[in-house]
Order: sequence, then C-alpha cells, then structure tokens
Amino acid sequence: MLSVRNLVVSGGKGSAQIDIVSDVSFEIERGKVLGLVGESGSGKSITSLAVMGLLPHPQLWVRGGSIELDGADITEEPPYLRVERGHGGVAMIFQEPMTSLNPVLPIGEQIVEAVRVHDGSTGVTARNRAQELLDMVRIPDARLQLNAYPHELSGGMRQRVMIAIALACRPQALIADEPTTALDVTVQLQVLSLIRELCDTFDMGVLFITHDLGVVSELADSVAVMYGGKIVETGPVERLFNTPLHPYTAGLMGCVPDPSAGHRRFQTIPGQAPKPGEITHGCRFAPRCSHAQAICSDDAPTRVTEGARHFAECHFPISRGA
Amino acid sequence: MLIYILRRTGAALATLAAASVVIFIFIHLIPGDPIYVMLGDEATPEQVEALRTRLGLDRSLPVQYFYWVGNVLQGDLGTSIFFQEPVTRIILDGAETSLLLATVTMVWIVLLGVPVGVLAATRHGTWIDQGLSGVAMLLASIPTFWVGLYLILIFAATLGWLPSSGYPSVFEEGGISNLRYLLLPSLTLAAPNAALILRLTRASMLDVAKEDYVRTARSKGIRPRRVVTRHILRNALLAVVSAFGFTFAALISEAVVTETVFALPGIGRMVVQSILRRDYPVIQGVILVIVCLYLVINLLVDISYRFLDPRVELE
Amino acid sequence: MTRSLRPFFDFFASRPVALIGLVYLVVIIVAALGANALVPYPPEQIEPVNRLSPPSWEHWFGTDHFGRDTFSRVIYGSRLALLIGVGVVSFALATGVPIGILSALFPRLGRVLMRMVDVMMAFPSLLMALGLIVILGQSVVNAILAIGMVYLTTTARITYGVSLRLREETYVEAASSMGASTLWVIRKHMLPNMISPLLVQASFVFAFAQLGAASLDFLGLGAPPEIPSWGNMLAESRIYITRAPWLLFYPGLMIVLTAFSLNLVGDALRDRMDPRFREMLGNKGR
Repeated sequence: MLSVRNLVVSGGKGSAQIDIVSDVSFEIERGKVLGLVGESGSGKSITSLAVMGLLPHPQLWVRGGSIELDGADITEEPPYLRVERGHGGVAMIFQEPMTSLNPVLPIGEQIVEAVRVHDGSTGVTARNRAQELLDMVRIPDARLQLNAYPHELSGGMRQRVMIAIALACRPQALIADEPTTALDVTVQLQVLSLIRELCDTFDMGVLFITHDLGVVSELADSVAVMYGGKIVETGPVERLFNTPLHPYTAGLMGCVPDPSAGHRRFQTIPGQAPKPGEITHGCRFAPRCSHAQAICSDDAPTRVTEGARHFAECHFPISRGA
Repeated sequence: MLIYILRRTGAALATLAAASVVIFIFIHLIPGDPIYVMLGDEATPEQVEALRTRLGLDRSLPVQYFYWVGNVLQGDLGTSIFFQEPVTRIILDGAETSLLLATVTMVWIVLLGVPVGVLAATRHGTWIDQGLSGVAMLLASIPTFWVGLYLILIFAATLGWLPSSGYPSVFEEGGISNLRYLLLPSLTLAAPNAALILRLTRASMLDVAKEDYVRTARSKGIRPRRVVTRHILRNALLAVVSAFGFTFAALISEAVVTETVFALPGIGRMVVQSILRRDYPVIQGVILVIVCLYLVINLLVDISYRFLDPRVELE
Repeated sequence: MTRSLRPFFDFFASRPVALIGLVYLVVIIVAALGANALVPYPPEQIEPVNRLSPPSWEHWFGTDHFGRDTFSRVIYGSRLALLIGVGVVSFALATGVPIGILSALFPRLGRVLMRMVDVMMAFPSLLMALGLIVILGQSVVNAILAIGMVYLTTTARITYGVSLRLREETYVEAASSMGASTLWVIRKHMLPNMISPLLVQASFVFAFAQLGAASLDFLGLGAPPEIPSWGNMLAESRIYITRAPWLLFYPGLMIVLTAFSLNLVGDALRDRMDPRFREMLGNKGR
C-alpha cells in the first residue's frame, strides 16, 4: 500500500553534501505494523519525515528513490498538496507530546482544523467529529476536554490528542515516531495498545519508529533494522528475533535485558554509531562488528535471504554457521 | 486573577516608591540654587531667606521628601518656579502633544514593523529577507534628529507639503487635520523603533517556526499560509506585544529630541528646557509621571498576557 | 596568538557584509589615530571668506559657518566617537559585569541589586542621561558616565542571566562543591564562558553610545561645544540646513556608518554564538 523504494535523503551544501538516508526500501501493508528500529542518529526519524513530506527544506531533501501510496507518487509532496491532489492520507504522531501541540489553542480547535481539511465539514459537524475522535482515543469527558488547553493535560492525554489529530486526517498509513519514549511506563502500554487497536479497527498501515526492541516485539508484525542510514536487516518479527542474520541486530538484542536469564547481563555493542557520511566504503557496521573481516570494510555487503521476506545485508550473516 | 493583579500592582507601587526617592535625591544633587535662579543674582539675603521659607526649602531633606509625596498623593505636583503655574497644568498642556505623537508613532511602528517582519521571516534566507533586515539595521543606526532635519528640508522647506514645526492643539484650534503637524515627527520617531519591532517580529517568527507544534500543524495538511497566520504568527506575536508596551512608554521620553527638532510643545521638550532652567518642580513632576506611565503600561502588558497566553495562569 | 585569531578571520571572510563593517571600523580607528597627519587644515582654522562653501577640491566636504573645513573636523570627530564608545563600553562592563555575577552567585544580594536595576530601568534612558549631565556638569567624561549608566543596567541584566545559566551547569556546581573559592569559580568558569555574549553586548552598546552621544550633543548637553564631535557639528549647523544642507550630511553619515558597522559586526558575532545565550541578547539596548 505505502511503498518506499531506494529512498536517499541528502543534506549539506556543495562538496559537504552527504547522504543521511541511503537506499532505504520498505512496504507498509494495511492492518499491519512495521517496526523501524535503530539507535538515535541512524536516520529513522529523517526517513519518517521524508515519507510524511515534512523534510525541513532546504537543509534536507530527497535525492533519489520514490514514495508511493496506492500507486500515486507522493515523494516530496507536503501534506497540504497531498490533500489538494487527493492522494490520501499519511498521518504522523511525534515523539514529544509536550511540545507537539500549539500551546495557545484549545485542543478542540486543533483537531477541528484537521477535520475541516480532510472531511470538508465545518461548524457543529466538525466539532462533533472532533468529540467522536476524542472518544475514540479514550479521553474521558470528550465534550468538556475540547476546550482544554494542552498544558492542562498530562503527557499521555496529549499523546492521545495527537493520535486523535492523526485520525482526523483519515489516514491509510500512520507514522508513529517514538510516540511513547517521553511517557511514563504505565502510560506507555496504554498508548501502545491504543495504536495497535486503531490499526486493526481502521485497517491502517503503521510505521512504528523506536529504539526499543521490546516494544517492537510486542507490537509489530515485521521489523526493519536501520544502521548508519541504511536498512541492514528486515523480516517478520518472530523470524528476525529467533534467527537474526545481521550481527548488529544480534547485538541490539544482546542489549535487551533478559529477566529469564536469572542474572541480568547486558552485552553491549562496542564503539559508537557512525556520523552521516563518515563511512562510505564497505559495510557501515564493520568498525564495530566482532565478525568483520578485511572484505567488510572494502566491499558493500550483498543481500542474503533466509526464507521469504527475511533479508540482511552482510558478508558473514550469523545464523548460518557462525 | 484578582490576586495576581493585586500582587503585580503592589510590586509596581514598590518600584514607584523607590523611584520617587531616587528622583528626589537626583533633583537635589543638581548644582545651582533655584532661589537665585528665581530671584536673580541681585536678590538680598532677606529676600532669599523669605522665599526659601515660603517654598519649604529650608527644611531637612526627609521632611521635604514626605512633604512632596504628601502633596503628590493629593494631586499636587508643586508649582513651576519659571512659569509660576501648577506643574500638573504644565504637564497636561504637554500631554496632548506627547500622547498623540506617541500614539501616531505607535501606529506606524505596528503597521510597518510587524507586517514587514512577517514578510522577512516568511522569505527567510532569500535576498528579500537579507535586504529588509539590512534596511532595518540601518534605520536603527540613524540618529532621529538627523532624519528629522532632512525630512523638514525636503517636505517642509523645499516642497512645502507639510508644516515644519509646531503643533496647535486639536481641541483649542483647528480640527483633526492638525494631525498633519505630527506626520513628519511621528515618522522620524517611528523609523528606528519600527526597525527594532521588525527585527523582533522576524526573529520571533523564525524561532516559533522551529517548534514541534508547527510541524504538527503542517502534518495535518493545512495550507502553508494558514500555518503561518494561525500557528506561527499567533505565538510569535506574544513576544512582540510585550515590546509594544515598552516601546510606547519609551516613546514619551525618546520624543525629547524629536520634539526639539520639530518645536513641538510636548512633555519631552518641556523637561529639557526645565533642566536648563533648573526648574526643579517641573523636572521632578515630569519624570515621576513618565516613570508612572512606564510602570502602568508594564502592568497592563503583564495582565494582558493572562488573556493572550493560556499557559501563564499556571505559573 | 596567530592560531587563536585564525577562526576569527575565517568567520569574517564568510560574512562579507560584516567584513565591510569591520573594515570601516578599522578605517575610523586609523583616522582617529592619524588625524593630525591626515587632515588638510587644522580643525579650528577659521576662513571667514569661505563661509558655508559647498564641497569643492579645496574643501571636500565644504565649510561651516566660520569657514572651518568640514572634512578635517569630521576626521577629528572620529576621535571623540571612539573615545565615547570605548569609555561607555568600559564603564558598562566594569560596573554591570560584577553586579551581574555577584547577583547570580549570592541570591540574597542579587535580589537587592536586581531590584535596583529594575528601578533604574523604569527611568527613561535619555532623561536619565540628561539628568546626570546636569548634576555632574557638562564634559566629555560626564557624557561617558551618563550614557554608561544607561547601559550599566542592560549589561548587568545580561551578565546576570548568563551567570545564572553557567552557575547551574554541572561543572560549576561540581567545582564549588569541591570547595573551590568563589573567586576561582568566577575566574576559571564564569568569565571565560561570558566572553562571547559580552563581546556581542559590547558591540551593540558601542553602537548605541554613538547615537546617545549624538543626541546629547544635539540638545547642547554633550561634549563641550568647542570640541569637534559629529553631534556638535550637527547641532551647530542645524540652522543652516536650508542654506547649506551638505553641512549636516557628512557628520550625520559618519554617525550612521559607525553605528551601522558596529551593529553588523555585533549581529554576525551573535549568529555564531552559543544558542544558549543568543536569546538573551536583543539588539534593543538604547
């Protein structure tokens, strides 16, 4: 439904131009959640902004590849153009519910604004729709809360309002960029199950961005792991967790605390993630990889397949013999 | 709400009290004896003493201060030594010119500063933005009287379109057309201030444009123009509105130079002349009134924030 | 020394407009220092025959009502402009910075001092300067003090804001918890981090001091009338504006260019500055 093919996002001027996201491809299907996992700086947020058509020009732009929604090319189309051209909706919820709502407008008005654009309704109709949306995201006393200002709501409530705004756009695909990172643990779970439920109810495709593999294993149907601006491994969630191919994926899972192991042991990945443009040859993970050999820093790895829809880019994938 | 207003008013009154002490001390630090200024150098010592006693200048400074404050609270700012008229009367005479000049100037500042600032911000990084910002900085670097003199030369002396100086009261003679006397002075006074408001509007818009909620607004699919007016401008103006208050208060005293250039009978020119004449009561009275005005405007700005920005309530 | 100046030059090379401002300021400094050698006529030389003559080969900028050469006087005027600027900036920094730092380090003292600064700010700046001149008497030094007092308040406020931020930052906290003396904290942690915001503030104060001094001169309360300052030249020539409009042009232009250049440099420096402090420095001191 939503397909991203060979996406390249660049930044910088002249000779300092670098690719921040290179050759990223993935598909989002109706009613399914794709988890996009990576450390901060891996390019996952930039990818989501590119899909949304919200890259901050002129600092960042799409240099190559395409983004298609139901066959229509929506690459670099800002949301208002997508509405005008009838290209249907991709909506997004952001990481910081505290700062993502306009502080001087009541939340009702902020939802109505989106309703008006996407439904064409006005006045009482739009307001009723806004109330309905608040009900849908389980905000109690929706009618009253329409007049509340963002600062009067808790973080979890604000994130629900953000979801209501996103739903007002009647999206086919929803992008959620670390929507629970800034929230309390108890609230996190509620917001996650709400997202999953809405995904099923409205048959939306969800791109769920996070650095937390635990969240992905709960929520996602399939996973894409990003490193240094590239997708290094992608596959259905159980397969990827059971038989990771890429040493980086395995390393990330080593970072997941496993309470069943009796004593907690964190196996961390040594070194730091590369800055954009730092590594141009070979495998970007090579300098930190315990399996790396000479070829890894010279030649770009080729794609290896482990059954249908499970791919990795690695010279020495681990689950095969290592 | 009421408690908030009372607290702010209390703070303003405390500042005013402190300011009145400072004014009083300052005035008495001015060298030169006003008695001799009034009577001339040939006055006999008896005459001097008599007048000193009559004006209460022979008493100790704290006594004189409380005497003054007591009178001020009853609406009596004293009597001008030079004019032999009540200071309140003199201030009221100048108030029409000063307040009208400040108001007209403020209109220019808002009309020129804000829209052009918005234009510069929405064209951020283009030559339009750089040009406008450069012009604004240039305007802020020009002495107002220099501009005023050349405006007089061009529009009054050479072209004869506008009067070069003076201002007859709207109420006493002439009608609203007397405002044309204020056209050149208000433009002169507005130029540097409009430039500052322009820069502030622009900077504030650019800051707000980086906010997360502006990105949310864009993600909803609303048009860029509406994103600017409803989300960016609305929040950016919060910072600008407080600058309006300070600017208006500052205009009254900044007008000193402009009123001198255009020979306008305002408060500013009055205070300069009084300083040169050592007319204590007038200086004291005018400065007290201006400080008071500044504090009142600040207070109004603070209170208006509670209506403009819903967040203030909690803080 | 050369190594530490390198980024400075690189920076100005990438900001051509700011570079022009900087070059102009260097020219003014040279003019002020070398005035004796540069001018074609002594600034006080009176030529009654050539009263109010327009610009010519003999008198580039024309002559005034005494027949004095305007070009020579403008060059000499740059001396006073620099003196006023340096004086006001030094005074504002020498008083405002200690007040700001001490207020941030000792909150009790700070409440009193900052309250006093607030009271001073309630006074209209130009009137305050005029009042001080009347109390102190008319002289160049007193003009510097009077204008400096106005910027004492803004400088103290900015220093206070920056110091509060720095104090909260962990390394300062760590240093003082390890028993470092207050003086050591100020010298090692506060002052070095304040240099760039203060440099920006200094360039704006320098610029506005030019305008303030010109206003005082114009009202007849600035530099004594016998001193050829740009403001005095404007004040003297004011009544000849219709007969000899060029008389007012050059001194005024010098004021504008000086203030403009300083603002350009200040603005460029601010853009490069640490974003933590940028918001504290408005270009609005007057």
